[in-house]
Amino acid sequence: MLSNEELEKEFQAKIDAEIKIEPKDWMPEAYRKTLIRQISQHAHSEVVGMLPEGNWITRAPSLRSKVILLAKVQDEAGHGLYLYSAAETLGVDREDLIEELHTGKAKYSSIFNYPTLTWADIGAIGWLVDGAAIANQVMLCRTSYGPYARAMVRICKEESFHQRQGYEIMLKMAKGTPEQKQMAQDALNRWWWPSLMMFGPPDDKSIHSAQSLKWKIKRQTNDELRQEFIDKTVKQAEYLGLTIPDPHLKWNEERQHYDFGPINWEEFYQVINGNGPCNRQRLKARIKAHEEGAWVREAAIAYAEKKQAKKTAA
Amino acid sequence: MNKKDWPLWEIFIRSKNGLNHKHVGSLHAADAQMAIENARDVYCRRNEGVSIWVVLSSQIVASDPDEADALYEPAKNKIYRHPTFYEIPKEVGHM
Ligand SMILES: [Fe+2]
Ligand SMILES: [Fe+2]
Repeated sequence: MLSNEELEKEFQAKIDAEIKIEPKDWMPEAYRKTLIRQISQHAHSEVVGMLPEGNWITRAPSLRSKVILLAKVQDEAGHGLYLYSAAETLGVDREDLIEELHTGKAKYSSIFNYPTLTWADIGAIGWLVDGAAIANQVMLCRTSYGPYARAMVRICKEESFHQRQGYEIMLKMAKGTPEQKQMAQDALNRWWWPSLMMFGPPDDKSIHSAQSLKWKIKRQTNDELRQEFIDKTVKQAEYLGLTIPDPHLKWNEERQHYDFGPINWEEFYQVINGNGPCNRQRLKARIKAHEEGAWVREAAIAYAEKKQAKKTAA
Repeated sequence: MNKKDWPLWEIFIRSKNGLNHKHVGSLHAADAQMAIENARDVYCRRNEGVSIWVVLSSQIVASDPDEADALYEPAKNKIYRHPTFYEIPKEVGHM
């Protein structure tokens, strides 16, 4: 029998050699715990993320935009499912993970605690929020845990449509009437900074980062991903004729990146800790949906049992 | 089933960590352990796999090909689920 220390050495050697870890492989307890935490938070974010957009399904400005938004929100439900399934390969139960979300023990992305005030917000979410999520998820396609990486590949394939439909909405509004353009600008103003916060605290303040990088759960740091996202997004905003609400935003020839202004991390921690504009509303909606769906889940089981009994009797 | 018959097992092989198990075929075996060993002997003689799943064929529930039209119809007319449905100016880069 190998000692724990030897097992850990072997494990790290596999990671270093880019060999994926699969559910039945030996893994350090802390690796398993980190993955469960990260994957379940990711799953919760997909599910809670349906709420701000769901707010506009019944009020979409056309049938075309309504079916598109509906399809997009459906995809997010699917993403939640892929991720809960990936988490379950680590020996946890989806029901317990959902319980942790509902009791507030588990977190979800802080971005979904902001309200969607106008139709332009739906454009801004697809463009910026899905855009930021994509940057993170493209990286996670190469994460060291096999089931998580495979879920990410599937998700990334679906995400492209999300960002493009969002940008299309922005394009229509920005090239529309002055009032529509103003709505688009206002949405950008409100969603820009929270989108940058989606990548998490700066590297020197990020508690889990170093170990996650060593285990290749993450492949890039929060700051690297944030920079990548900004660099990509600036020209998209320029094309729309909209202004990114950051007076410090400026191309840095030497760095070959955009410089940007300070992020209000105080706001980020406030929202994470439950004091964002919609935290209570979001959790309440989730719990309500779960509780009011209980009879459906029970009825389905009862029906399945009845069918089984009939089959056995026959 | 004749009581002397060995049941049929479906065999799934993961060729390399990071990839899904993939269905490769089936074989008869008296129990799961034997099915794994036989799968190794017939399907993994040339290092084809790093992990084997065996599932009793009788436990597999398959969709009915005759119902395929009805089953997949909902996905057929939703072209807006595809990224190519949206025209994105090339000036803004890949999206
Ligand atoms: Fe998603
Ligand atoms: Fe998405």
